[in-house]
Amino acid sequence: MSEKIPVTVLTGYLGAGKTTLLNRILTEEHGKKFAVIVNEFGEAGIDGDLVVGADEEVFEMNNGCICCTVRGDLIRILDGLMKRKGKFDAIIVETTGLADPAPVAQTFFVDQDVGDATRLDAVVTVTDAKWLKDRLKDAPEAKNQIAFADVIILNKTDLVTPEELAEVEAAIRAINPYAKLHKAERANVDIAALLDRNAFDLDRILDIEPDFLEAGHHHHHAEDVRSISLTVPGDVDPEKFMPWINDIAQIQGPNILRSKGILSFKDEPRRFVFQGVHMILDGDLQRDWKPGEKRESRLVFIGRGLNENELRKGFEACAA
Amino acid sequence: MTTLNPPTSLREHVTPIAAETHVVSAHWVKQGLLFGLADGRVLRWRDGATEFVEAHAGGILCATGDGGRLISGGDDGRVVATGFEGEPVELAKDPKRRWIDAITLSGSGNLAWNSGKTVQARDEKGRVRTLEAASTPQGLVFAPKGYRLAIAQMNGVSLWYPNTEAKPEFLEWKGSHLDVNWSSDGRFVVTSMQENALHGWKLGDKPSHMRMTGYPAKPRSLSWSHDGLWLASSGADGAIVWPFQGDGPQGKAPRECGVRHARVTRVAFHPGALVLAIGYDDGCILLVRLTDGSELLVRPAKRGSGISAFAWDKAGKRLAFGAEDGAAGVLALPS
Repeated sequence: MSEKIPVTVLTGYLGAGKTTLLNRILTEEHGKKFAVIVNEFGEAGIDGDLVVGADEEVFEMNNGCICCTVRGDLIRILDGLMKRKGKFDAIIVETTGLADPAPVAQTFFVDQDVGDATRLDAVVTVTDAKWLKDRLKDAPEAKNQIAFADVIILNKTDLVTPEELAEVEAAIRAINPYAKLHKAERANVDIAALLDRNAFDLDRILDIEPDFLEAGHHHHHAEDVRSISLTVPGDVDPEKFMPWINDIAQIQGPNILRSKGILSFKDEPRRFVFQGVHMILDGDLQRDWKPGEKRESRLVFIGRGLNENELRKGFEACAA
Repeated sequence: MTTLNPPTSLREHVTPIAAETHVVSAHWVKQGLLFGLADGRVLRWRDGATEFVEAHAGGILCATGDGGRLISGGDDGRVVATGFEGEPVELAKDPKRRWIDAITLSGSGNLAWNSGKTVQARDEKGRVRTLEAASTPQGLVFAPKGYRLAIAQMNGVSLWYPNTEAKPEFLEWKGSHLDVNWSSDGRFVVTSMQENALHGWKLGDKPSHMRMTGYPAKPRSLSWSHDGLWLASSGADGAIVWPFQGDGPQGKAPRECGVRHARVTRVAFHPGALVLAIGYDDGCILLVRLTDGSELLVRPAKRGSGISAFAWDKAGKRLAFGAEDGAAGVLALPS
């Protein structure tokens, strides 16, 4: 089995600077060769041998999971690209400004051929320091893209005052305190900060501490999309937890954009780690708890209209 | 089902060919054998002599052919015909250089291809008609008789008469349809689906559905037997062969041939006998006789050399194969 090709998903609202960033990735000297899947092919000013136009054909899987949508065009294009293995080291998928990142991410978990050949590395969202606050008011897509991100580029910081910058950063953190955030002008972010993140690799979910600890304290109550962090100070009972989390995913899956957890199961020497995208959950027992490491169980949900009290009570009822 | 003795070997009858890169398609023409390769080249082979010729600037994605040419669609947006001699000839080019996703040729020389949602059909006189599909098709096939094209797409199959203004008939079934195949008697249309299944329609005034499910992977390779009574498919640890006698396979169990600890990637029925060539993702190739399940080994497993292409010659005397690592070969059946 050869190494899986990493795929970076690049999202961002119209005009945030996705194309600038993409061109930087493609032209800069970093010794990597990329295959790039773009939208609005031929109009974005990106050209090259391995640039492919996509149509964003989202369809629903016939598996009874109502929010289990995938990108048919992506499956087809990745299948075609895999015949040319060796021509590139990594793949970048650019989505349109209005796209929901979930179907793109779900494609990597639902389609076996795609999952066998490639791995989703991270969702990178480019945002615009000047206009983001307005977009958060009028564009649910912009909010989704931030909520979904593993890496956020806060671009065009030269166009705002330090106070405005602090405000927009707080707005981002209210929605998603867990993503790595990089400030940039004209998308001048270190490429290494975007690639090889392993954000969807269960072995790399080492902790789920927020990237920014003061996050959201004075803002998050105003946002319909936000993150909820829950802790049980000790073991949980897998017999209670597994049915509960599956129920949550089935019932509230459409509203949960991303979820992650590190759990201490009773009488289990290893950590149980899981992550999810909407209804799709992926979990496994991972490394041993280290001697002296505090055994506790933590969950993070990022989603829309989530009932924190209900989730907290449900999780606490799983305590062993 | 599994034979106790290792299958008799035909290995010494195989001539290896170095195709150098992922083989997308193999196709016999009068003068010899043509391979369409993932790096855009076509390999000409005749009795051990090989020659590479560049057909596409990028890679070949799909290919078909007739008695004289391999016709390929590339990621450079071009449709190119390559014969056994001379330079490849461009037949069409997408102005936006979009990928050519699927291509097909009828026995009478009608050609069809699509780039994105745009489907084009060219009749034997060279007249091109265009249809915008609702989603990007991934499979095209002409009816065995008449100028009618089946277009596999999201949520069903369109049946289009390119030379009429009539709206295409739509065979609806929810889900993403990938490859499409038409039985030689014209009665059945079968697609492979995203959901690891085949879906079929028995055509008529009121088309009826056939669901063929239970595959562990997508059945991306389909092949009809010469008598039209069997449809073989890939996607499982053996070839799954559905009976199409009478009303089709609904309610009947399929045959499973050549079951091994590997996944079948390609199947190809012999053009004149109930013998099936089965290629696996571990590089192995078996010939299986449908009547008694007896097996002949053509190629032993070889790591990373999953079978990606098959072609029987017209007489059924030689089987060409290609693999994803660029290995290829020809089996000459002992007479």
